[in-house]
Amino acid sequence: MEEYKIDLTVNGEKISTTAKAEESLLKFLRRNGFTEVKCGCEKGECGTCTVILNEKAVKSCITLALQANHKEVWTVKGMEKFELGRKLQKSFVNYGAIQCGFCTPGMIITAKNYLDQNPIPNREEIKKAISGNLCRCTGYKKIVDAIYAVAVENQRSK
Amino acid sequence: MSEFKIVGKPIPRDDAWAKVTGELKYADDFSLPGMLYAKVLRSKYPAAKIISINTAKAEKLNGVRAVLTAKDVPHNETVTRFGQSSEVGKGFEGLYRVLADKKVRFMGEAVALVAADTEEIAEKALDLIEVNYETLPGVFDPVEAMKPGAYLVGENNSNIIGQFGCSQGDIIKGFAEADIIIEDTYKVPFVDHAYLETEGGIAWIDDYGVINIRVGSQVIEHFRDVADVLGLSHNKVRYIGTMMGGGFGGKEDITVEAYLALLTWKTKKPVRLFYTREESILCHSKRHPFVMKYKVGAKKDGKLVALNAELISDAGAYPYLSPWVNLYATVNAAGPYCIPNVKVRTYCVLTNNTFTSANRGFGAPQPNVVYESLMDELAHKLNISPLEIRRRNCLTTGKSLSTTGQVFKTYVALPEVAEKAWEALGELAKCEDKNRKVGRGLAIGLMSYGRMTFLHDSSRCYVRLESDGSVLIRSGIPDLGGGQVSLLCQIVAEELGIPMSKIKIYYSDTALTPLAGTTTATRQTYMSGNATLKAARKIRKRIISKAAELLNVNPDKLDIIEEKVIVKYNQSQYLPLVEVIKACNTAGIELFCEVQFNAPFTIVPDLSNIRGMTFPDFTFGAQAVEVAVDTETGQVEILKLITCYDVGKAINPLSVEGQMEGGSIYGMGYALMEEVIIEKGITMTPSFSEYIIPTAADVPDVKAILVESGGGLGPYGAKGIGEPACSIIAPAILNAIYDAIGVRIKNLPATPEKIIRALKKEYFEK
Repeated sequence: MEEYKIDLTVNGEKISTTAKAEESLLKFLRRNGFTEVKCGCEKGECGTCTVILNEKAVKSCITLALQANHKEVWTVKGMEKFELGRKLQKSFVNYGAIQCGFCTPGMIITAKNYLDQNPIPNREEIKKAISGNLCRCTGYKKIVDAIYAVAVENQRSK
Repeated sequence: MSEFKIVGKPIPRDDAWAKVTGELKYADDFSLPGMLYAKVLRSKYPAAKIISINTAKAEKLNGVRAVLTAKDVPHNETVTRFGQSSEVGKGFEGLYRVLADKKVRFMGEAVALVAADTEEIAEKALDLIEVNYETLPGVFDPVEAMKPGAYLVGENNSNIIGQFGCSQGDIIKGFAEADIIIEDTYKVPFVDHAYLETEGGIAWIDDYGVINIRVGSQVIEHFRDVADVLGLSHNKVRYIGTMMGGGFGGKEDITVEAYLALLTWKTKKPVRLFYTREESILCHSKRHPFVMKYKVGAKKDGKLVALNAELISDAGAYPYLSPWVNLYATVNAAGPYCIPNVKVRTYCVLTNNTFTSANRGFGAPQPNVVYESLMDELAHKLNISPLEIRRRNCLTTGKSLSTTGQVFKTYVALPEVAEKAWEALGELAKCEDKNRKVGRGLAIGLMSYGRMTFLHDSSRCYVRLESDGSVLIRSGIPDLGGGQVSLLCQIVAEELGIPMSKIKIYYSDTALTPLAGTTTATRQTYMSGNATLKAARKIRKRIISKAAELLNVNPDKLDIIEEKVIVKYNQSQYLPLVEVIKACNTAGIELFCEVQFNAPFTIVPDLSNIRGMTFPDFTFGAQAVEVAVDTETGQVEILKLITCYDVGKAINPLSVEGQMEGGSIYGMGYALMEEVIIEKGITMTPSFSEYIIPTAADVPDVKAILVESGGGLGPYGAKGIGEPACSIIAPAILNAIYDAIGVRIKNLPATPEKIIRALKKEYFEK
């Protein structure tokens, strides 16, 4: 498979390297040490590999690495650079929204991206927004609690 | 001890921050220099003779380092175990075959292993292995497979690999006394665990010549089984268990470990093997489908007089834990009811389907579907409320289980939990749409926590108090996501009066941590919780006794709070914990210990008539739901879901609620959407677009009600909750569907198609 030059930033850090034409963004990121991006199905069905690509949450397993050329990628490890990211992490911890934790990186990314665009949703809207991210452990209740608590905080500080 | 400081508080788990920041390294987030990539060649057919295997072309491919088939495995055939060290006899030990030999028994069975420099080369090598098969007819239905003359899946002269029974009273007499008798047959499907992390790990040989396997496993005691496969002594294989991305019983059997060990042993290089999602669904264990034929009899007032049940389960192609699962089903078959006359017969049958084994609930959820549906039917026919019929029949403290006669010495929270769950539904939802019918359902149940007592279960833990007041714990406990590891930290923090932040725990390593037993059977809070409590209390006693000497007070007067040994009722009089530690160290008092906690031990029962104690204790619960069924589309929406369990003591309420909420939704998937469809041995649902599990958009906000009777055998009176939490929600949903639209679904899952068909049938029959 042919390799192409790729320049991108991941969590604010510049990366200049190569990627194979058919390589998914998920494989590319994990190969380059970003193992916080989890692999659950490689078919875009479970959402555990979700990253932010130029302000849009995407499933990195069905995005080509080369589609990220000259773009910005954010993973859960970059979330501490954003107030909203830190709030979500803290809220997930405090509300017990984590069990095995395997869906958590993708879930937090989806939640952050959604709240960026829609800061004060209700619970039903949150459920729809995260419905592309599967979780087998929690039954989603505490995940919705955690995201909703941040939304309520957003409303108060408005 | 006086008031709790950390126990009982909804505190963040020890592992929470590492998970939200992405720092935690799961099995696949780790690599070694020079690592090879492994792939497994799997059978294309569910039943076939292997005429020949030619690996020559694959071996010649550039970058291929090893190709292994059955002939390369030193001990290709051993027995299935799951960590037990006591003798349990032939009734439970089935064949464990590493690679298919001469004959394949299911589609996806491992036939050959490849290790190569890259994943792509390994995949290419699989295509170059030539397997010459001669297909065989196979058998795919357990009822068919039981019949004389059926195709034989294995090498024995019968496909039946286990028969269990229990009885009390006289069912003939019992049914003769009944005013009403209901007979019916229910069916439940294959279910996948659908954890988001598939099976996988990395193995290497360390400087001491020991095979190390870093893997997500619920049973690190499999190091012994892997050593047996290779013909090595047990101390030559080490498991390093990682935090798992979910387990639910699917990581209870050996998955990748024997393959990894064989390939690293052969190549002397580190090897990585991870299953794809398709491979995972195709080849790892499933929950047992059952065909369950029931007959129950009751008096006009609803009092049960007799129950006869025949359960037939599909073990799939290899035994794995099927005999054990079937024992659970047998013991659970009469539910939490006092029935004077009972007979249960269970048959466990091989087929050429994917093998079945442990899945959250371990044989309990299946019969629960039937007896709770039948109780509901009785209630409707006798015009008694669902709650009242259960009140009249349920077990209470001091009564005994109607299957085995095991007596309940601890508090039986029935009917308290049933009343609380039913009441919590509140006002019935109003529905404007005439095609949306609202209904309610209730189910109650019991499920064991702790392993079967004839397994002679134990757990060990090591605790060490450091000179700076920090603590080191070592426990072999695997964590599948339930917070098992954090729980131990919380117990030590409570007993030694230190914050969680001062505790470091090493877990799940067969070389470095004392073996704590399997994270299965809802046993870790009970078993490892007690082992840890025992260790912490030993050290606490030594600290208190030294402090008493220094303060010149009676030890009874002392407590350890916030890193101080204080005199109760006079908190100005205290010694900093570190001062007492110094004094202990100076005096040569040991501030470390390793202990073992043992469960009650019994002998292996007569499997044809199981009597007496088979489990240490049970957890009791109730679930109530309100649904809206769309009579035009058959869609079921769960409007309210209440789950109420006596958890004994919630050591961390956040984790307990998490189990109860998550367990409810796991069971909701079972009721409404999940089925691994296997047609003539071929898996038709190998991805999450075909195998549908609940998403956030499908679920209600589960309301968890915790009853804390303090009556459990675990630390501080705790009971186990992981598996009980999911075991009765399915019948509660089925009962609610009946209440809404008057049709009873007897074949899970209750999909919209089945509901529409049942409604049409009902309409035409009327």
